[in-house]
Amino acid sequence: MIDRSEIENNVTPEQLAKRTLIPKEKKTKKRRSIVKGIIYALLILTAVICFIPFLMMLVNATRSNDAILTGFTLIPGTALMENYRTMMEYVNIWNGFKNSLIISVLVTLLTGYFSALTAYGFAFYTFKGKNFLFVFMLVMMMVPGQLGLIGFYELCKNLGILDTFIPLIVPAVASPFVVFFLRQYIQTTLHPSLIEAARIDGASELRIFHTVAIPIMMPAVATMSIFTFIGSWNNYIMPLVILFSLEKYTLPVLMGFLKGSQVAQNLGSMYLGIAISVVPIMIAFLFLSKYIVNSISAGAVKE
Amino acid sequence: MKNLNRYGYAFIAPFWIIFLIFNIYPVALTFYYSFTNYSGSGKAEVVGFANYQRLIADSYFVEAFFNTWKIWGVNFALQIVIALILAMIFSDARVKMKGLSFFRSIFYLPNLITVSSVALLFGILLDWQHGSLNMVLMNIGVISEPINWLNQPTTAQLSVSLILTWMWFGHSFIVVMAGVSGISTDFYEAALIDGANRWQTFTKITLPLLKPILLYIMITSLIGGLQLFDLPMLLTDGIGSPDGSLNTMVLYLYNQAFKYNNYGYAAAVAYGLFIITVIFSAIVFKSMYGNERKQARRV
Repeated sequence: MIDRSEIENNVTPEQLAKRTLIPKEKKTKKRRSIVKGIIYALLILTAVICFIPFLMMLVNATRSNDAILTGFTLIPGTALMENYRTMMEYVNIWNGFKNSLIISVLVTLLTGYFSALTAYGFAFYTFKGKNFLFVFMLVMMMVPGQLGLIGFYELCKNLGILDTFIPLIVPAVASPFVVFFLRQYIQTTLHPSLIEAARIDGASELRIFHTVAIPIMMPAVATMSIFTFIGSWNNYIMPLVILFSLEKYTLPVLMGFLKGSQVAQNLGSMYLGIAISVVPIMIAFLFLSKYIVNSISAGAVKE
Repeated sequence: MKNLNRYGYAFIAPFWIIFLIFNIYPVALTFYYSFTNYSGSGKAEVVGFANYQRLIADSYFVEAFFNTWKIWGVNFALQIVIALILAMIFSDARVKMKGLSFFRSIFYLPNLITVSSVALLFGILLDWQHGSLNMVLMNIGVISEPINWLNQPTTAQLSVSLILTWMWFGHSFIVVMAGVSGISTDFYEAALIDGANRWQTFTKITLPLLKPILLYIMITSLIGGLQLFDLPMLLTDGIGSPDGSLNTMVLYLYNQAFKYNNYGYAAAVAYGLFIITVIFSAIVFKSMYGNERKQARRV
């Protein structure tokens, strides 16, 4: 046990640690490096498990159907172009790519701009019913998306916008969570005196929002935009319900279609289709990983 | 200056117009449909609580309820244990581990991939006769006969749980790590001086201080887990095979509405699901914070 009186006699923790460790330092060091090695090995194994399904996918995408049926290797085959041709005969995957990209980019832009606008309105004006509206929005934030699915489908049917991108894009204007996040952010980063100064200079309210508030909010908007984009890109149930024509399918829906189509007969083409849907995201992640990881951390701690 | 405040309404107007049309109205309309026998076309007749009575007695819904919980529960337990172990390894001040940002990125990668692609990928990797997983396992001699993963209820559910774990443990790890790095090092120094070992430090300092973060992970994971749809839909035939074991609540909702045209009943399923989510979120919240209050009183 450690002698309490030592702590009281102004011994720093570092000194204390050194003193107690001196006799067995060599042994501990050796043991520690062995343990460290084992831990690193386990970490690398976990990393391999995370990556191996993707590796299998990439390898199999280059092999012919017959080769895949007879066994598994990690040596790439030569049937890449053949697989590509077979797949394109049935499904134009780039079209799905284009649709997903159009929808996700527009959703991200709309969410970013209108959430910033709403957050600014909530943060810097006082008006009747403000608190009620804000709390109501927070309550609605807890409601899962599937709750209104049937009503949403009926609404789109009555408005005649089924099988269009409108129901997938326009609702992005109202994103309660992003509004909530941005309001918290701007309340701590933008001082009201800055707005007052702009008013005295004769700027209009909307101009103040565009030239003063937006630049200050930009880091938070960017953080939220990443998640908005990923969420929209990966959304499956909404486009599945809304879209009927093959040429309008988004990538996730097209993936589902691929499974039920002729392409499923040829495993090589199937793997290639999946690979094409996955690889661009992986490349984007390569450049953005640090930013994304930091955003997740920030989002969680702010909660 | 006072009249400027009316601009507030103008700023929040676009949000509320779209929110009313595309969010609140559909939720209300679904609520109305849940009391009707609407079938997607023709007129909706009000039938009172008949849909809800049917829901409680519906063995498929009850089955879907338990399936969803089983699949989510196994996945969550695994995911949180792995995340905590990883966080323990990387936050240990005595064994300074390197490569945190590298491992964090690799562990997070599966979470970024479109779920439908993941489902398709595992659907063919887990294939009974031609799947690469069985081939690899047989090559290294772990199994002698190919296992029909997706054709037996237990292995099918376990497969979905493990895929979910694979997708989400990296995310939980990042969040836990963010929580751990927010804990003041003073606590750990004090523990070191008092001679606490690693396990004591972890259970007496790290875990209690991580409670809010763990609660956040649990509730977000629970809400997401109860909405499990993409994976079971695309892994097998889309109606919950084998033997109804992959029939989850949202999959049941989707099939009732868009496959069998039972819109009224599907609306009741949606509200049933909603009530369940609210109840269980409240229980999780209470059990984690209720304890704290009790403990505080004891002290």
